[in-house]
Amino acid sequence: MNQYFHSIRIDPEKCDGRMRCMRVCPTQAIRIRNGKAVIIEEKCIDCGECITACPNGAIIPLTDPFGELTKFRHTVAIPSPALYAQFGREILPDKILAGLKKLGFDDAFDLAFTCGEVSFAIQEYLREHKGPKPLISNACPTVVRLIQVKYPDLIDQIIPINTPREIASRDIKKKKSKQYGLKEKEIGAFYLTPCPVKMISIKQPAEKGKSHLDGAISISDIYGPLLSAMESVEKASYKKALESICILGIGWAMVGGICRTLRLKNSLAVSGLNEIIKVFDDIERGKLRNIDFIEAYSCPQGCVGGSLTVENLYISYNKILKLIETLEYEKIKACPDIREVRKLYKQKYFFLEGKLEPRPIKPLDEDLGKAIKKRKEKEEIYETLPKIDCGACGSPTCLTFAEDVVKGKSELTDCIFELPQRFKELSQELCELLNKTAPLNPTKSELKKRKK
Amino acid sequence: MSTENGLSKRFEITGGDFGKAGEVSTKIKEILQEIGIDSTIIRRTAIATYEAEMNVVMYAKKAELTLHLTPTKISIRVYDEGPGIENIEVAMQEGFSTATDEMREMGFGAGLGLPNIKKNADRFKISSTPGKGTALDITIYLNQAGKK
Repeated sequence: MNQYFHSIRIDPEKCDGRMRCMRVCPTQAIRIRNGKAVIIEEKCIDCGECITACPNGAIIPLTDPFGELTKFRHTVAIPSPALYAQFGREILPDKILAGLKKLGFDDAFDLAFTCGEVSFAIQEYLREHKGPKPLISNACPTVVRLIQVKYPDLIDQIIPINTPREIASRDIKKKKSKQYGLKEKEIGAFYLTPCPVKMISIKQPAEKGKSHLDGAISISDIYGPLLSAMESVEKASYKKALESICILGIGWAMVGGICRTLRLKNSLAVSGLNEIIKVFDDIERGKLRNIDFIEAYSCPQGCVGGSLTVENLYISYNKILKLIETLEYEKIKACPDIREVRKLYKQKYFFLEGKLEPRPIKPLDEDLGKAIKKRKEKEEIYETLPKIDCGACGSPTCLTFAEDVVKGKSELTDCIFELPQRFKELSQELCELLNKTAPLNPTKSELKKRKK
Repeated sequence: MSTENGLSKRFEITGGDFGKAGEVSTKIKEILQEIGIDSTIIRRTAIATYEAEMNVVMYAKKAELTLHLTPTKISIRVYDEGPGIENIEVAMQEGFSTATDEMREMGFGAGLGLPNIKKNADRFKISSTPGKGTALDITIYLNQAGKK
């Protein structure tokens, strides 16, 4: 079994080695071998950039098929608030949840409310925290994995509050098993996900421990059926539907939602992996000590920009934003009770159940001296390369190619710029061989040799 | 300089180039990560390097930064061509800064640069010739015993 479970699989039948995925991968985790893309497990942080980049649909996110529902006696859909952003402005969460029940789930749970509770819990944690700052939100599993792999030293700055989807699922199972006299394992809790990384956070949580969710269904898979299912849902009054929306939680679907609804002063909201990397570099340099909280999402604009969503991400971002503005304007504050949250907070209800550990990439060698030597070799090889990052060797950049050579994963001759040189050498050797018996026209290299 | 059992890499830093400021410390961090250096040591090195880099960007014309790594220690030398420091003792005090208002506006010039380097290094030497330049010599030990 592989050490790391990943949410993406490459279909070799469909992959034609066009390297788009290799070029966009932010952690250089993809190589082309024998004309097909392969993933280096330890480097992959499941961001899903490759899924969007592949022109052939050869990179398949591993989410659960709808059929998984039949394995359970009672099923609950727990949609990411990003699902609420996928439909037109007049379709509000209550209708979407009703549509999900028509689709075959026994129940559909509004996660926005739990998100609101967790927002309050984060606020509590920020107030108590005395250690290094800024604290970083763990809402995006890719960001957590990025820190584990590339910024292990920032791991203690990740807020150890569990995610709303896990807390909700734990709670639902407890309540439903009592209500229906079922065992907890007979209740299936399914997250409707905007991105593939949530799938791994279920199969293999970043922290030590087990997920309370049973699977993840892609929003893009459920979109079509849900749209038709909603047609037969009776229209409720708009005002009433608005009143059931938790303003604190709905913002979790987009970048900046937590900061905005908590009205945090010294906070940053960042989206897109390259931008996050810049911000994390600054944290490591000690530049952002005056910032209290950072909300970071690997997808552009936050979860609404997930690779498994349907609607244009700017439109869905705007829908959530307008919804928050409307709720603010109408002064609708359907929020969790902060005193209740504080009570639960003190009982450790919100805290992550397992510890987060770093997951640094294996060094060039276990032996420090050897590792230094190999790093030097990598530098020397790199100096001989053309540095144009053409990718024809199967590695994304000349620098990663040099590393692959040092690691023994690639041959220097895989570089097409090495080929003419190699031909030259071979032909020279051939000439020398031919000229050995009758040196009519001495070659340059021969003249050199003679001089010596 | 012998590089027999170590890795040496030279970087150039251009004074006034705020756009690229920080790149050298990031590159050094990546090298140390690939080699498998302890993350706390990497962070200390990254902070010290970044502060040194920023000093060059803010005050000097240009500089050469050399990383030398052996199985026992990380050495970073920064030789800059610049105005130099009149009084090193004063410059080493926390809060002392000759930064301009523009630099402060950008969040620099809190007078923590040199003290911060010293704090993160195991050994720190600084020498300067006013009107010519400044030389920094930063050492961070890799084994626990050598640590501060």
